[in-house]
Amino acid sequence: MIELLNINKKYDDKDVLKNINLSLPKGKIISLIGANGAGKSTLLSIISRLTTSEGEIIIDDKNIDNYHITELSKKISILRQSNYLNIKLTVRELISFGRYPHSKSRLNEKDNKIIDESISYMNLDYLKNKYIDELSGGEKQRALIAMILAQDSDYIFLDEPLNNLDMKHSVSIMKLLRKIVKEKSKTVILVVHDINFASCYSDYIVALKNTGVLYAGDAEKIITKEKLKNIFDMDFEIEDIDGNKICIYYT
Amino acid sequence: MLKKQHKILIILFILTIISCLLFLFWGITRNNYGYNIPRRINKIIAFIITGSAIGYSTIVFQTVTHNRILTPSIIGLDSIYMFVQTLIVFFLGTGSLVMVSGSINFLVSLVFMLGFSVIVFYIVFNGKKDKLFVTMLAGVVFGSLFGSFSTFMQVVIDPNDFLIVQDKMFASFNNVNVSILKITMLILFLSLVYGYKNCDKLDIMALGRDISLNLGIAYDSVIRKFMILICIMTAVSTALVGPITFLGILTANISRQILKTYKHSIMITGAILLSIISIAFGQFIVERILTFRTTINVIINFIGGIYFIYLLIKEGRL
Repeated sequence: MIELLNINKKYDDKDVLKNINLSLPKGKIISLIGANGAGKSTLLSIISRLTTSEGEIIIDDKNIDNYHITELSKKISILRQSNYLNIKLTVRELISFGRYPHSKSRLNEKDNKIIDESISYMNLDYLKNKYIDELSGGEKQRALIAMILAQDSDYIFLDEPLNNLDMKHSVSIMKLLRKIVKEKSKTVILVVHDINFASCYSDYIVALKNTGVLYAGDAEKIITKEKLKNIFDMDFEIEDIDGNKICIYYT
Repeated sequence: MLKKQHKILIILFILTIISCLLFLFWGITRNNYGYNIPRRINKIIAFIITGSAIGYSTIVFQTVTHNRILTPSIIGLDSIYMFVQTLIVFFLGTGSLVMVSGSINFLVSLVFMLGFSVIVFYIVFNGKKDKLFVTMLAGVVFGSLFGSFSTFMQVVIDPNDFLIVQDKMFASFNNVNVSILKITMLILFLSLVYGYKNCDKLDIMALGRDISLNLGIAYDSVIRKFMILICIMTAVSTALVGPITFLGILTANISRQILKTYKHSIMITGAILLSIISIAFGQFIVERILTFRTTINVIINFIGGIYFIYLLIKEGRL
């Protein structure tokens, strides 16, 4: 379980996050939703120690500051949106970096097994010997997600992982996330813009608005007309299709 | 894949040995043997020290800044070195102990250069995120500031004194400071051992701050360590032979180009060997073929420039 106590974050004088108290349950897919500028990505990078902030972050009953950096990178992993990928590196080599916290650069048999597993998980077999600077945006994204999978951490943070992906790959990545949460009892926390992916795939939803947490709770309780209107300031229709709540907001 | 890169490294290593041997034994007769060989060996040691410092520091600097057209010379250490030399001549004169004694001059220059980098790093950089480019900008500004100071003093001093200062302005292996060879060797050796041990971190750091932190590398503090290492190496090689960092941009890029790898241990080794080859070969041409009618800068820039243009045309991109 991850607990956040009194998190505050300012950029210069502007409050980005104010007084956040939140606990994120383990073994679930958790979506962070909210309008642009609500502080979703900032919150994600604070929990995953990429950005500093005031307040305390407690991961599995231990303060994040008390973790050794290597130990922490076995506990949590994060993928953000912008990455330098213009170096001569094959897809497999990139994915094998995911094993760095475990074995540094000396990969053993177990590491190689996990790397190959993540490659086939993401259907990257046909690409694994290609250089990453030759890949399309979506292929890069999948290669990076495979690297995160190879890192094999308990908590996985993904900042808009569906960026650059077509519908087919978006769905397959969400299904994959479901699968690893179920089979490997990981916790996945992601920022997602498409409300229907949040509705259909997540167990738990945290909604941010105006630098604070507006709602946090099980997905079915958050996906209601009234609450969505409060979060996004626009009207939604919600239809039940095969047990999934689908939100309609285009018109 | 790896095999091919190892082959290239072996070829480069053989070329390094050939160029050093060529430099060592060309024109040796039974009569001048005893005089020439020890002097040339000292020069070769200087080639190796300078080549290693340049090769290592340029590759690391480029990775840390995510920029392949920068060299550590942008920090402004060359200007500090010239400033110190001019300052000494200006205030103490050419006959002063600091100017005459190589080891004292070396120490003074080293202290100034390292002091300067420490000040810039701790005041401006301070290990903060996104401050690296501001730090470099500060380096550029300070570099030109001290450059102007030096020019001012050079204009005012006696023309005979200026000749002594001018001698320091260009990289030169002709009067390698023998008294400091051992200490520079030691400093460089220790830096390289530390540098090579941390090479695998660089492989990941090339992917940026987020991925590095994610994989458990304390990006900002590691960058600071590497920057200090770069400054030490640049300072040592500058104090030994003068400003020569221009070589780095060529050898580092050629090394990246021919080795085509992400592994810094291989890339750096390639750049070091290429730097030693260029210096040894360049110095060979200067001394034996052109009999000192030009300087090594001209040779290296000429040959390196041609090769670089060839690469640009062939690859169509950097």
